[in-house]
Amino acid sequence: MSAPSIEAAPVLAEAPAPAPRKRRRMRIPASVIGGAVVVLVIGLAAALAPWIAPHNPLDVGSFDLLNAEMPPAFMAEGDSRFWLGTDNQGRDLFSAMLYGARVSIAIGGGAVLVAATVGVILGLLAGYLGGWVDALIMRVGDVILSLPTILLALLVSGVARAVFPEAGTAQWAPVILIGAIAIHEWVQYARTVRAATMVESSKDYVRAARVMGLPSIRIMARHILPNVLSPVIVIATINLAAAVLTEATLSFLGVGMPPTYPSLGTLIRIGNEFVFSGIWWIATFPAALLVVLVLGVNIVGDWLRDWFNPKRQAR
Amino acid sequence: MSSRPRPTAGVPALDIRNLTVEYGQPGEPPMAAVLDASLTIMPGEIHALVGESGAGKTTVGNALMGLLQAPGRITAGGITIGGKAVDTRTGRTEGITPGLDVGAIFQDPMTSLNPLFTIESQLCETMRHHLKLSRAAAQARALELMRAVGIPEPERRLKCYPHQLSGGQRQRVVIAAALSCDPQLIVADEPTTALDVSVQAQILKLIRALADERGVGVLLVTHNMGVVAQVADTVTIMLKGRVVESGPVAQVLGAPRHPYARSLIGAVPRIDVRMNRLQAPSEATPAADAAREIVRKQMTADTAAAGGALEVENLVVEYGGRSWLPGRSAKAFRAVDGVSFTVQPGEIFGLVGESGCGKTTVANAIAGLATPKDGAIRLSGREIGARGKHGRALQMVFQDPYSALNPRLRVSTALSEPIAFYKLAATRAEAAEDAAVLLEAVGLDRSAGERFPHAFSGGQRQRIAIARALGPRPRFMVCDEPTSSLDVSVQAQILNLLKDLRDLTGLSMLFISHDLAVVRQMCDRIAVMQAGKIVELADAETLFRAPQHAYTRELLSLAPSLDSIARAPAPAHGA
Repeated sequence: MSAPSIEAAPVLAEAPAPAPRKRRRMRIPASVIGGAVVVLVIGLAAALAPWIAPHNPLDVGSFDLLNAEMPPAFMAEGDSRFWLGTDNQGRDLFSAMLYGARVSIAIGGGAVLVAATVGVILGLLAGYLGGWVDALIMRVGDVILSLPTILLALLVSGVARAVFPEAGTAQWAPVILIGAIAIHEWVQYARTVRAATMVESSKDYVRAARVMGLPSIRIMARHILPNVLSPVIVIATINLAAAVLTEATLSFLGVGMPPTYPSLGTLIRIGNEFVFSGIWWIATFPAALLVVLVLGVNIVGDWLRDWFNPKRQAR
Repeated sequence: MSSRPRPTAGVPALDIRNLTVEYGQPGEPPMAAVLDASLTIMPGEIHALVGESGAGKTTVGNALMGLLQAPGRITAGGITIGGKAVDTRTGRTEGITPGLDVGAIFQDPMTSLNPLFTIESQLCETMRHHLKLSRAAAQARALELMRAVGIPEPERRLKCYPHQLSGGQRQRVVIAAALSCDPQLIVADEPTTALDVSVQAQILKLIRALADERGVGVLLVTHNMGVVAQVADTVTIMLKGRVVESGPVAQVLGAPRHPYARSLIGAVPRIDVRMNRLQAPSEATPAADAAREIVRKQMTADTAAAGGALEVENLVVEYGGRSWLPGRSAKAFRAVDGVSFTVQPGEIFGLVGESGCGKTTVANAIAGLATPKDGAIRLSGREIGARGKHGRALQMVFQDPYSALNPRLRVSTALSEPIAFYKLAATRAEAAEDAAVLLEAVGLDRSAGERFPHAFSGGQRQRIAIARALGPRPRFMVCDEPTSSLDVSVQAQILNLLKDLRDLTGLSMLFISHDLAVVRQMCDRIAVMQAGKIVELADAETLFRAPQHAYTRELLSLAPSLDSIARAPAPAHGA
């Protein structure tokens, strides 16, 4: 009658030496596994694009206008060489998508990496040093956050193109895009890390390191940094999806990757011109891939956030 | 004013029979937090439940209040509150209404009141819910309760929010809330641990008076033997979930029979007599002795940091009042107001006072963690640098051993870091070896270095923190309440260790504590601080035998101690 299994929940019992942050045993929900698998598959396919893509979408010379606007292979007029059809230049859409995902993920990941690095460093400095350093960094961050991401990114890439003619080429566009996205995103990392740093700085182990006479740089890098990183990992995951979307938006607006080296956003922009002429596939497939990728990353990121939350009670 | 009939005389307020509480997942062997424990509290009786961390005393309190957490469940035994049997068949206490049958007083009055509601609404809420009183009746009763717990100007205080009251007043409000539905039993879990001695004395007096006047039974969960001696009638000592001894306070504390009870009571520092060492098991092992000899040689051979005398001259530290924004200046709070003292080489200098008196700020200023506004601090004749650093000559041991160690660094890494930084060892391997020797010298195994801090108990962590402080071979050590978060028996060991290290290396120490008995056992000279100033400075014996200042006398008279109970005479080596 009083089955003990009713209360099966991994809550830490009273222990003589409480071990906080013990690895919690838990079951990973199916949706998260699904999300992770989707992200992994897309990521792998994008990374291995040169080897698995049936055509080379970057080689303009190989396009044949006779193949232009070919519907997907499963449709009546489809051609078995082009699984998902071709675009207006006769480029294989499936290959273009693989290469496009590669560009999107690289730029999104690059932006996250830059933003996280800058944000963590500035957040550490602001939180540990305080005073005018803190005030300066955080007010600059406030100003930046008061502008919408896209507006700021448009501004940055617009200015970059104006002063630097090569900014629109396949070689330089990714760098500009990464910068344009990261300039907005770092603030979030800086704020989070600053708050966590202030909490850690008041703890005795940091005070002990200060009494020992260790230099500030060393205290920040060696003692505080490892203890403030877990929220950064979570934000980075969630922001990866946002960065991929921002890149797609910029490319869609025509200030991102050039049509000769398309990202998913560029492909959607190209396809957008043809949607109403019945050539729906050019926009739809890249858009679907983008949605699935962003959704997968978001699901994994949300779960990571819950998993790292120390207040999380197991259900 | 009681709306419910009191139980007839002779019916216990609480009767626990063979209670067992187990924690554990299904499929794993359960861990018994409480095993076969029995105790009885008569109306008007204060029954103390004592034991060290992990003894299960808080679990008993939680079981009574229906606060047992999920994997914990009552697996055997019965509970009767005021003659009313409690159903424990489902693993928890069915039928107990917290607030109505059992009143609760928690440790921290800062967090046990909701900051968003007035005192009145918090007091009235439970009464209106449980006793179905009208608003007016509840308010009248709230006022009555506020008077009963001795809060001045109760009408005005009822309209206040918790942050507008002092810690002592808040704890009085919590007691009023516990009494509001006229329970027959109050569970007080460490009710005075977060309070200063003077406030503690008042709260204990209040609890005693309420038990006497209202005939309510009190289960007082505490680790402080002085508190037990002062207010309790009966006491139960627990060890690892079992009751090892139970009986009237005078009998149990005066002449304990169980060996654990004897060692527990023996480990309590005495305020009346100074002893060379506290009673704790000897830790001398060949490995520890050898390690200590190495540490002694290293520290005495180190001439670079000779001396160790500390001079503090007219120290002033202020908080606030400084703002980099123009037009925004707050009034500065003077935490330390012209403090001067000197510490001789090899001396342990005590600094005592209540919370907020500025003693920790003095320590922070000396350690370079707070910037003095005025005054001079000289260590071995050298003024501290512009950035407030002494280099390696001064190290610090902190209060909370759980936050004093970086959770992400292995113990050996944490210990060898300062050694390598100051180039006291030629190579990384030598620094790691020095770290291992230090671990042995503080009574740990050298293999402890392989592990992360969370693998250790509070006392072990404090040993690691001490070893870390010794690493840079300092001449001066600041100890800020190094044992106040530890159990008594562990406290005794740590205090003995600090004393041994002083004797071994000739290190000087500034020892900060609010516990007068601990200070008496540890220190050669003592300064008493009040409101940022030193009010009395004397050598330990003089201060305790003939206190000059009124504040010192008050502190000494309020400190709860075991002296009211006749204790076994001090061992022969007592000074």
